[in-house]
Amino acid sequence: MKEKLIEKGLLIVALSALGSLLLIALFIFIEGMPLIVKVGLKDFIASTHWAPTRGSFGILPMILGSLAVTLLALIFGGGLGLAGTMFLAEFAPRWSVRILKPLIELLAGIPSVVYGFMGVVVLVPWIRQTFGGPGFSVLAAGIILGIMILPTVIAISLDALNAVPLSYKEGSLALGATRWQTLYRVQFRAARSGIIASLILAMGRAVGETMAVIMVAGNALLIPTSPLAPVRTLTSNIALEMGYAAGDHQRALFATGVVLFVIIAVLNTIALLTMRERK
Amino acid sequence: MINILHPVSEEIFRVIILLCSVLFLLPGCRSSSKKALVLAGSTSVQPFAELLAELYQQRHPGVEINVQGGGSTAGVRAVQDRICDIGMCSRHLNAAESGLTAIPIAVDGIVLVVHTTNPVVSLTREQVRAIFSGTVRNWREFGGANLRITVITREEGSGTRTSFEEKVMEGAHFASDALVQDSNGAVREIVANDPGAIGYISFGLVDERVKTLAIDGVQPTEETIRTHQYPLARDFLFVVAGDSNPLAQSFIDFVLSPEGQAALAEEGLIRVR
Repeated sequence: MKEKLIEKGLLIVALSALGSLLLIALFIFIEGMPLIVKVGLKDFIASTHWAPTRGSFGILPMILGSLAVTLLALIFGGGLGLAGTMFLAEFAPRWSVRILKPLIELLAGIPSVVYGFMGVVVLVPWIRQTFGGPGFSVLAAGIILGIMILPTVIAISLDALNAVPLSYKEGSLALGATRWQTLYRVQFRAARSGIIASLILAMGRAVGETMAVIMVAGNALLIPTSPLAPVRTLTSNIALEMGYAAGDHQRALFATGVVLFVIIAVLNTIALLTMRERK
Repeated sequence: MINILHPVSEEIFRVIILLCSVLFLLPGCRSSSKKALVLAGSTSVQPFAELLAELYQQRHPGVEINVQGGGSTAGVRAVQDRICDIGMCSRHLNAAESGLTAIPIAVDGIVLVVHTTNPVVSLTREQVRAIFSGTVRNWREFGGANLRITVITREEGSGTRTSFEEKVMEGAHFASDALVQDSNGAVREIVANDPGAIGYISFGLVDERVKTLAIDGVQPTEETIRTHQYPLARDFLFVVAGDSNPLAQSFIDFVLSPEGQAALAEEGLIRVR
């Protein structure tokens, strides 16, 4: 009897987490959908002009901005992260793994405003002086986000790589393959779904990051045509204008949230499916 | 074991319920005995009104002042409709808004700032509009260095941006590659570090790391802003209906008192008294 009660209690607690997620989703959709319906989905996501206090609600520059920044972050963070994973899994001496892995995981604990501040103080002036332009750019945001997603990429892909049975490696080496060939052609291929999942989760994190991006991306309402151009992402748009928004302007920001919600939900679903495929 | 504990736990349960209900009721009792004042309107005035409200409440513990945003127009309309007691407005009242009393509480100047190394000292409003709308993109055009202009503006909905649009842009759109920052401080920070940058901030936030520009030949100083000689000066108004209540009057008296004015001056506004 008592056990049943505790079981039920725990179930309710577990369901409350799901419930709050549902409530949040419901709230965003209730607040945002009327505007999408009013403006028309096509005009909302395919028009380039955003001036919500004058009645223009086009978020295409922000959608493309989010994509550009995320793509660049994946190139930097994904490349570095996978290289780091290979090193940690195969080439690093045992003692250094024991130091390096916790340090990399520590990266995840640094508040994003600190990354943003480093970006403003170090990265942005460097880009301005080296490449020209205002410095606040897709490039700056991409590099900062690339560093921020490193722990996600490394932690998950390292787990995937370590889960590959030792016999694969031994077999490959016994057949005369070099260490590199074994790692790249056998172990990486076997751990493929986990590695892809790590990249997709990292992508979700990059799309959702706000504070650091607001600080270094410049937030211009421009379709990015060069890595040096300033850019505004979906999340920055919401956070920037939330303070003063009222009426349709506020609903437009919620509608931006709806688009963001859909993008992240799709990404996470793909990540879950690829992870499941592994088993 | 359970049998012994049972009556005790029931008693504890009762006490907890009693405590909870008392806790829930207490704030209700308190707030109903409080006098409340509602301010609404310009988001430029809002932070200053919040500060003043806090000071006033410290001196009059029985009063609750609620400060809301919404914009100048919404604030004035709320006063007309008697939804709020005091409207906050950062522009002049127009003809349709007659019948209300506007009380200037402070003056603010919107100041164009550039990097300290920029040789340009003065621009006309037309030139500023050309820069911010993106038709002129190099400082060379105004006698400066051959340097790309980095335009920095504020986010849509900001009171400073709205005033700037009214006084300078006159319907022109901001250049699409203009950087957007969400505070005066962030704009100043970028201008202080980028030799080609130009932005606009509140007079009170100007410091030695940025250089101010004269507009139409007038330097922004306390004197020129107070007298509205400086073209980008704006009055911060409290708007009340004719039949104003004594509580609103008391708050306005406090704002215009030496103490209230000193608090505003400390925040960078220019006093009217």
